[in-house]
Amino acid sequence: MNSKKHPIFLLVHNHYGVLTRVAGLFANRGYNIENLSVGCTEKPSISRMTIVVDCSESLLDQLLQQLRKLIDVIAAERADPFNSVSRELMLVKITHSPESGGQLLEAINIFRGRVVDMAPESLIVEITGEEDKLNAFIRYVEKFGIIELSRTGLTILDRGQVSLITKSNNN
Amino acid sequence: MKLTGAEILIRELIALGANKVFGYPGGSVLDIYDMLYKNATKITHYITAHEQGAVHAADGYARYSGKPGVVIATSGPGSTNLVTGIATAFLDSVPLITITGNVPTALIGKDSFQEVNIVGITMPIIKHSYSLRSACDIQRVVREAFYIATSDRPGPVLIDIPKDVQQELADYNQNFEYSMPAKTIKIDLHNAISLLLKSKRPYIYAGGGVLISGATATLLKFAEKISAPVSSSLMGVTAIPYDHDLALGMAGMHGRYAATKALYDCDLLIAIGVRFSDRATGNKDKFLRQCKVLQIDIDRAEINKNILVDEFLIGDVKEILDSILELLPENKNKSWLNHITKLKNSHENLLWTSNNSLTPKSIIESVRSVLGETPVSTDVGQHQMWTAQYYGFTKPRSFLTSGGLGTMGFGFGAAIGACVASNNQRVVLITSDGSFHMNLNELATAVTYNMPLTIILLDNNALGMVRQWQTMFYEKRYSQTALDRKTNYVLLAESFGAVGFKVMNVHELTVALTKTNKITDKPVLIHCLINQDENVFPMIPPNGTINDIIIR
Repeated sequence: MNSKKHPIFLLVHNHYGVLTRVAGLFANRGYNIENLSVGCTEKPSISRMTIVVDCSESLLDQLLQQLRKLIDVIAAERADPFNSVSRELMLVKITHSPESGGQLLEAINIFRGRVVDMAPESLIVEITGEEDKLNAFIRYVEKFGIIELSRTGLTILDRGQVSLITKSNNN
Repeated sequence: MKLTGAEILIRELIALGANKVFGYPGGSVLDIYDMLYKNATKITHYITAHEQGAVHAADGYARYSGKPGVVIATSGPGSTNLVTGIATAFLDSVPLITITGNVPTALIGKDSFQEVNIVGITMPIIKHSYSLRSACDIQRVVREAFYIATSDRPGPVLIDIPKDVQQELADYNQNFEYSMPAKTIKIDLHNAISLLLKSKRPYIYAGGGVLISGATATLLKFAEKISAPVSSSLMGVTAIPYDHDLALGMAGMHGRYAATKALYDCDLLIAIGVRFSDRATGNKDKFLRQCKVLQIDIDRAEINKNILVDEFLIGDVKEILDSILELLPENKNKSWLNHITKLKNSHENLLWTSNNSLTPKSIIESVRSVLGETPVSTDVGQHQMWTAQYYGFTKPRSFLTSGGLGTMGFGFGAAIGACVASNNQRVVLITSDGSFHMNLNELATAVTYNMPLTIILLDNNALGMVRQWQTMFYEKRYSQTALDRKTNYVLLAESFGAVGFKVMNVHELTVALTKTNKITDKPVLIHCLINQDENVFPMIPPNGTINDIIIR
């Protein structure tokens, strides 16, 4: 099976048990969720989910069809892999010492991160970007000592006039 | 007008035509049962011996009548006892409204007495579910639930109502209008029509979707117009009368030789309302290599799920077939039909039967000839396959069987449901010693409600289907399938208030059936002894093809 990472997005009704229903469908049908982020939209009654799933092309089609059958799912579409903006936000708590200080702050600058908290021996960096950039930052600052980190998961929008709703109406 | 949640629920059920419901009372549904008591002239509640019997009865009611079945159970064990029945209905796309009580809202999540999260438990096996927190929502939710259960591909819907929500007062609107946005799907028939026109050897494979859509008459017209023989899945057995020239019978693991052979000879497979289960296709890599496939289904997710198809049409089967019929010219094809007739008359297509005095074939044929054609429910196993093979159904929706989940113990509840749906007409339950022992407690229900059920119990003193696999694939190591039971079925039936007969040969069976015909106010059990080595043939072993078919 030709497995690949596919970002998809969903609009769902924002109420009790919807996340369980969606996540449960992945589990029931044997799909693995690589990445998941959920938040409300401009309409409080509707949430948007961005999910990255690792599966073959044909299984992806089957998965989208199954998701669309859930009563609480308003739209389920794949992101346009060549024409979309994807971002992730990460907070990293890094060990900080007078010796490493200059080098660390330089790296944060180059990666366009921001220091959002500072304690005598540690600092928290906020950094936004595509997945690769965050991974590269982690690799670079590992040598200073990462105390902990937290990532929000990918969030994606297609470029241009198109929206998830218009995309779904065309399908 | 302000009413309690329980009263709104019952009024809505009545308004929606659900005036016959099944269930079992308990602490968390006392308010609902109080309303059933007060409205007893408008809504009849049937109490079963066990919640599983109730949910299968609601399922049988729905399968037979086409209307949604309603079942009510209390919280905790009451609701978990519904789980098998919900899964059964889900896999066979049966519209079911499941109403469960729950502990009061304030006690939810505290591991209270008789508390389970039934919405969570049933999530993978249900079309949709509601967990109510306010009586204000009941009216809308009940309407929505009926709509969801019966629309598109039907299925079970659960409404979980905590006890305080049943007691809470809320506005009730007698003129409540509920409407879902109408979906307009444009269907482009062009490619499908050109496939049909090109085909010289079309073959129709019909499933439960044909029955759900009410498309049996249209299917026949379509088959005749394009000269296509029709086989069916287990769920589609009643989609075409068994004695029609174009009827091939069931295809699949225990399907008829001609049904399977013609499938390998055709150049276009038209799959209508079927989902290509593994029991139907055998080896998926070798299945349908030589032909094009056109699939018609209401559920888009069924396309390319189990096998890849060349063309598909999404929508109601009847509507689609009607529009194809309008556009398609008649396409008579003598040589293909001659080939089909030859296959049907071939020696391999005969159903083999043993020389024993009482065989599955002679039993099932006697039942049909003495009692006439009635609705028939079955449990699961050899007797289920024999019924599909030998009964000879001519009426749509008259064969009630658990196809997808394969639920042993389904048949008794389903027979009760069909009996209720048909206003206490005779219903035959064909079962076996293994399956019957699972839910025989429902004899009590059938006796209480004076139901003319006829229970044909095929007793081989074994779990026959599992034993058959042990014979064929496990070198006759009969692990736990020889049932050394001493049940006296005649006394058992009598102790419940039913009538029991034990028969050893066809003559005794005919006599018992003739007596049964005169009994219209209570169930009759006919205990038929059959040989342990009766097997179901033909059989295509799992993952096999037509070349692996075992005729006897």
